[in-house]
Amino acid sequence: MATLLAIGTAKGLFLATSTDDRRSWEITGPHFPMTGVYAVAVDTRRSTPRLLAGMTSSHFGPSVATSDDLGASWDEPDQAPVAFPADTGVSLGRVWQLMPAGPDEPDVIWAGTEPSALFKSTDGGRSFELVRSLWDHPHRPQWEAGFGGQAVHTVLPHPRDPARLLVAMSTGGVYRSEDAGASWAPGNTGIRAYFMPDEWPEFGQCVHKVARDAGNPERLYAQNHHGVYRSDDDGRTWSSIADGLPSDFGFPMVAHPGRGGVVWTFPLVADGERFPTDHRCRVFRSTDAGGKWEPLSVGLPEGPFYPAVLRDAMCADDATPGGVYFGTRSGSVFASRDEGDSWSTVAAHLPDVLCVRAAEV
Amino acid sequence: MVTVLLPGPLRGEAGGASRLNVTATGTLRAVLDEMAVAHPRLARRIRDERGELRRYVNVFVDGEDCRHSGGLETPVKDGAEVQVLPSVAGG
Repeated sequence: MATLLAIGTAKGLFLATSTDDRRSWEITGPHFPMTGVYAVAVDTRRSTPRLLAGMTSSHFGPSVATSDDLGASWDEPDQAPVAFPADTGVSLGRVWQLMPAGPDEPDVIWAGTEPSALFKSTDGGRSFELVRSLWDHPHRPQWEAGFGGQAVHTVLPHPRDPARLLVAMSTGGVYRSEDAGASWAPGNTGIRAYFMPDEWPEFGQCVHKVARDAGNPERLYAQNHHGVYRSDDDGRTWSSIADGLPSDFGFPMVAHPGRGGVVWTFPLVADGERFPTDHRCRVFRSTDAGGKWEPLSVGLPEGPFYPAVLRDAMCADDATPGGVYFGTRSGSVFASRDEGDSWSTVAAHLPDVLCVRAAEV
Repeated sequence: MVTVLLPGPLRGEAGGASRLNVTATGTLRAVLDEMAVAHPRLARRIRDERGELRRYVNVFVDGEDCRHSGGLETPVKDGAEVQVLPSVAGG
């Protein structure tokens, strides 16, 4: 069994493979050089794992490619895999998220995009169709763009109920569907939007990332644009779990894929001071669903540390014990094979790391 | 017949060719539309799904930047040379 770590950067995709239980890594790349790889997925539901990469060339536009041989070769369809229908009058900026659906829908892949929209593939990510119900939502004209652009950056299928789906966007917040995407309702009650006149709006929040608990799929964790929250009712309402963290600002939020209540994040000082807290490279972990947090830094750089970690640049693998990974805007990638207790460097001096995903393959 | 000159980064989408011959004439749009039939992936590198030129792709018709001469409606005569060039962009 090998572990594959896919590293999407501002100038291409790097693939790190470990065959010694994540002690050492061999790296290939860049695949798709000079493209920003904002989304990558490792779909392990198939007999042969499929890699999906969403890349954007600043000159030649966005696309999605797939690989069924762990990145040795890639296939990109002739027709644009993700494209807005003509009547929308808009064009795809980039794919921000590629998310395999639950085990009951092995050919379904969801894509979150900029501008904010959700697309669905029923052929394993070869072609996608716009989810009209979200695009036509009456709130859409009021969704705004953050600094990174207006995007659906999070798509969370429900592991046991294919009818239930959650998306998050910046700005706009969380939207939920209980009818397989036919209709959508905002799910932001309790999430503060300090940057709006009404700080507790129905929608308009700048949610940075949402993760679903492994033990209790009704339980979700959110890193907000200031604010760290938990929901125990599948995203209907939220309450703060920021106490115990050095800051409530940051971008990633990762839940352990196999152990309930375990979650990791990487706090930054504040919106106006986007450096790691105390200028130190530290991951924070909770093992009680956000009740308490502990800093993790064994094996991480000890000196002053300034790079941020972007919303999709942290992930967990599906091994036992769980592996955790994160990449920085300075091109370093770190891995833990013991759920964050200790870390080692996978790569350094890569382009800015935009996303990471890992799985046993 | 119109000759379309391709930059290095796009030649892989045309089987390695640096130039393509297109029979359509009249407008730049007609030339690009015909090229899209045989080379759809090349076409979507140049134009988005609305059919508009991508922001950082420049197309010259007989040496004139189409953005200053009618855009996709720029006249293209038989024997013309259409050159596709990535603009100076990126970090």
